Amino acid sequence: MPSSYLVLILYCAATVGLAWLLAGYMHRVFTGRRVWLSTIISPIERGCLAVAGPAATRAQGWASYAMAVLVFNMAGFAFLYVVLRLQGILPWNPEGIRPMSADLAFNTAVSFVTNTNWQAYSGEVQLSYLAQMVGLTAQNFVSAATGMAVAVAVIRGFVATGDGRIGNFWTDMTRAVLYVLLPISILVAILLIWQGVPQSLGAYIRATTLEGASQVIAQGPAASQIAIKQLGTNGGGFFGVNSAHPLENPTILSNMVQSVLILLIPVAFCFLFGRMVQDRRQGWAIFAAMGVLFIAGLVLINGFEQAGNPMLTDLTGITGPNMEGKEVRFGATLSALWAQVTTAASNGSVNAMHDSFMPMSGLVMLLNMQIGEVIFGGVGAGFYGMLLYVVLAVFLAGLMVGRTPEYLGKKIEGREVTLAVLAFLSMPLGILVFGAISAVVPAGLAAVQDAGPHGLSEILYAYSSATGNNGSAFAGFGAGAPFYTTLQGIAMLLGRYAIIIPMLAIAGSLAMKRPAPATAGTFPTHGPLFVTLLVITVLILGALTFFPALVLGPIAEHVSMLGGQSF
Amino acid sequence: MSKSTLPLPSMTSLAPAAARQALVKLAPRTLIRNPVIFATAVVALMVTLMGLRDLALGVPGAGVAVQIAAWLWAAVLIANFAESLAEGRGRARADSLRATKSETMVRVLPAADSPHEAATRVSSASLKLGQIVLVQAGDIIPADAEVIQGVASVDESAITGESAPVIRESGGDFSSVTGGTRIVSDWLVLRVTAEPGRSFLDRMIALVEGAERGKTPNEIALNILLAGLTLIFLFVVVTLEPFAVYSGTSIPVVFLAALFVTLIPTTIGGLLSAIGIAGMDRLARANVVAKSGRAVEAAGDVDVLLLDKTGTITFGNRMADALIPAQGVSPSALARAALGASRADDTPEGKSIVEIARKQPGAAEGMVAVAEAIPFSAQTRLSGADLTDGTQLRKGSVDAILRHTGAALDASLAASVDQIARSGGTPLLVSEGPRILGAVHLKDIIKPGVRERFAELRAMGIRTVMITGDNPLTAAAIAAEAGVDDFLAEATPENKLDLIRAEQAKGQLVAMCGDGSNDAPALAQADVGVAMNSGTSAAKEAANLIDLDSDPTKLIEVVLVGKQLLISRGALTTFSIANDVAKYFAILPALFIAAYPGLSVLNVMGLGSAQSAILSAVIFNALVILALIPLALRGVKYAPASAATLLRRNLTLYGLGGLIVPFVGIKAIDMAVIALGLA
Repeated sequence: MPSSYLVLILYCAATVGLAWLLAGYMHRVFTGRRVWLSTIISPIERGCLAVAGPAATRAQGWASYAMAVLVFNMAGFAFLYVVLRLQGILPWNPEGIRPMSADLAFNTAVSFVTNTNWQAYSGEVQLSYLAQMVGLTAQNFVSAATGMAVAVAVIRGFVATGDGRIGNFWTDMTRAVLYVLLPISILVAILLIWQGVPQSLGAYIRATTLEGASQVIAQGPAASQIAIKQLGTNGGGFFGVNSAHPLENPTILSNMVQSVLILLIPVAFCFLFGRMVQDRRQGWAIFAAMGVLFIAGLVLINGFEQAGNPMLTDLTGITGPNMEGKEVRFGATLSALWAQVTTAASNGSVNAMHDSFMPMSGLVMLLNMQIGEVIFGGVGAGFYGMLLYVVLAVFLAGLMVGRTPEYLGKKIEGREVTLAVLAFLSMPLGILVFGAISAVVPAGLAAVQDAGPHGLSEILYAYSSATGNNGSAFAGFGAGAPFYTTLQGIAMLLGRYAIIIPMLAIAGSLAMKRPAPATAGTFPTHGPLFVTLLVITVLILGALTFFPALVLGPIAEHVSMLGGQSF
Repeated sequence: MSKSTLPLPSMTSLAPAAARQALVKLAPRTLIRNPVIFATAVVALMVTLMGLRDLALGVPGAGVAVQIAAWLWAAVLIANFAESLAEGRGRARADSLRATKSETMVRVLPAADSPHEAATRVSSASLKLGQIVLVQAGDIIPADAEVIQGVASVDESAITGESAPVIRESGGDFSSVTGGTRIVSDWLVLRVTAEPGRSFLDRMIALVEGAERGKTPNEIALNILLAGLTLIFLFVVVTLEPFAVYSGTSIPVVFLAALFVTLIPTTIGGLLSAIGIAGMDRLARANVVAKSGRAVEAAGDVDVLLLDKTGTITFGNRMADALIPAQGVSPSALARAALGASRADDTPEGKSIVEIARKQPGAAEGMVAVAEAIPFSAQTRLSGADLTDGTQLRKGSVDAILRHTGAALDASLAASVDQIARSGGTPLLVSEGPRILGAVHLKDIIKPGVRERFAELRAMGIRTVMITGDNPLTAAAIAAEAGVDDFLAEATPENKLDLIRAEQAKGQLVAMCGDGSNDAPALAQADVGVAMNSGTSAAKEAANLIDLDSDPTKLIEVVLVGKQLLISRGALTTFSIANDVAKYFAILPALFIAAYPGLSVLNVMGLGSAQSAILSAVIFNALVILALIPLALRGVKYAPASAATLLRRNLTLYGLGGLIVPFVGIKAIDMAVIALGLA
């Protein structure tokens, strides 16, 4: 299918090119240098930081940085929770939407604060415009900015020369929002409005169809939220069916723009890293490792979707791609691309129903999330997640060159390994342990729509999505009951903060160390050998952990399908 | 000099004791120090109980459960055996050291200047710090001490294995003696410098025995990672049962236990401490005592080696390299005079002049006997001989001979002298009466092979810095000839210390060796400090390694041992984790094939049955530890190379090897299991 691959190649080239440009810009932003937008933004930035006082600009150690992250996110959670509970009596609610229940509001608030954007609700029936805009859209910005700030701080830990300082959270977060997220979102929102996405505070439209029936067409301030949901790898749609909705993603152009936007900042982080550590090869190496995993997943999903369902072929004699649950206007290729992009990048928006993909495509999507969303991953989060694997890879294989393992001149010792192991535990805990509980208790089983291995895939997908802070779901999985909203909420918190805090602690520990200059005896962390090592580490440590569960889910479904049995 | 290395027992002779020790180490208190093996033992106990219960109840498949239990225990015992084997060598050495620590009666003096007759006899065990002791020929030196009076030869073979006695005297850098050595001539008055039970010998016994072997930082970090992986695999296995129940099947607990043990990194977990002990043992065999395991590890990380020129890079003495006659002097006349002036001089320098002079035809013609030899003195800075015919032959430094003769150098000789100095050599002038006959080019002779050694170190990323008291000109020339990367000329203890600090400020780890008291600050400052055993006790106290042979080139060997230790650890870790892939493919299809027959496609090895697959994986898991014991004790093969080369080689060998070997191994074991009808 050469034409389908041509689209994919064009997509990759556009994303990498734009990300490369953005990385240079972000480098100037996060090192406090002037950029061409400074004239406009700099006064606003100074204003914001002046309000917060001198604590907003002082260089912080890791503990103080982490505390700032937690305080800020907790405040965001509390605010969002209150808005969701009180939306019935708050303004901008033309549809008279009722307040959310306590457990659902908890789930939703956690979901947006952690950049997961798991939606256990349906936007058009359960959220007022106020909740959408000041609640969700605001968190879309600041949760993304939090991820970016943490990643920049972690990188600073690898660069610092012994003073233990990793920057200031308030400054980093403000700059991420003002210089990066806002300008690009505005630009993209305008582009989307041009493509037909609504941006209005008016009530839903009551239309009379050609047959004379009456139809309510949900609309609202969608374009602004969609721009940031993609740019910030949030993924929470304005409408329930997300980017498969014709008003959320009207055209092929809007589809491509959104696909690029999802990976833009995550890819840029690789190059930003190379610039910040003053060795661009280091950035390229991590980009290459992520890229190899991304392309592999893309080729697999596209391959399985294009091949279609053999059982359908046997029954009907029809050959062709698997089109179940897909928008005809996007077709198999663009749906496969989106599925790979959105699960690799912890975005979670969908333009097709993942539940209806072929089992092995589902396996790839599950793995993308289970390895911790490190194939580019969420904005910032994917990058520091990959640095976790880098630390482990360097420690495991680094000894083989006969020195204490080091990365970028910083020795990886007991403290770093302990913290990395702690962070590493969160994925198996959130996915396997919570998933296992849900697979046996009645409250857990109640949500599962399908029988057999496909049902298990649904459970695994839900917890992989939550713990990976992705937010997409296998449709058909009813996650609205308190059992799931609560457990999923905990999984989201685990997948976010049980990684952020140890990673910041690692950065703090590394920042105390003086970097050793590279010699011929230094473990080389650029070049194909290291890329291979990193990819294998991700696959062996990340993927093997989930292999047994996956055997019972998508793999069992796949082999059963080949044997003529469906679920 | 003859050299008797201390007797080290072979592995086979230690095996029976190690096997007994492996059982002793089953005590929970010992096992818990190693989280991976402890987890294995707990699971083994659980499976044993269940297997026996099933056997008693006559449950089908109980035989396989009992076999699995047996192999799980085997894995634990093999790990214990490996550790015991490594410890056994150290213990044998400690025993031989302890034999020298017999209690004797010693003569204690009330004060350093008391007459020897004032000595009172006390037991050696009651000696205290600071007491003054008199020892005479034949005595065992009762404690670590400083010589405060006397000169004597001491036999240190008990500690160093070196049979030639060494001279110990008060003052200077040869003033410390070690308890347990024997004085073979004369007498010494000593001041005890070690508390009882804290002597060098005591510490050495503790070290080689492994009693004081705390885990090194890197070993601790690795242990944490292994414990973390064990916990993750515990999640994997424990959650598998609910997922299986959901899928309408159930997995026997024994099989889950087998999966757990095969997934956790038992190979490296079982061999980790053996690798560490064996590394220390390799150093001990090189006659280096490490005061901590940390120092050995740090040696692998060293970026800069500070090497003393004399003894390490060059032979201890300068040698005559050429004779350069003055204008109008024949080469044979100069040779004759040089020969005459040096005949009575039996320093290595003098001997080398004799040797080179004899090569000149006609040098030995008409030799006149020496009437009086003039020895070198610090005042005159020249030596020579007055012959029976009245000729005064002298040789000495340029200044000294010019002063002695009152003559001036002719232009060509002056140029030659200049040239010699510039090239790093030392010019000596030879005179006959008031006449200067020519110059002798004395030269530092670089030890053979050092240039290649330094090139090797450079490839490994280690910079060599030569430390010398020579002037910068001389130092530069020798440095260039020896191929070191840098040099410190006119070295003093202060600028040596400054150099170490400067390198450390750049993030470099520095190793050095030294012997004198004035080396102590630098030894303490260096990340790896090797003290010569012949050195002062201050130097030995400051260092973290002590070379019993007092051979400064040992520093390079120490670095290689450190690297080999780290590489062995990394290689086996990588191998162990890579093994998991094959184990998954052996066990998972076996567990789930009943629920989903289609999963038989995952049985890529084509293993006979579910039972045989699981049993084979467990057997492989135990046997691979046994198979790797020699590698752990010997250390992986290591040839100096750049990190990139080492990584590529080791990643291929142990990473790729670790992926492939278990596929082959498990398949072979499965065939045997089926053939023998074990499952």
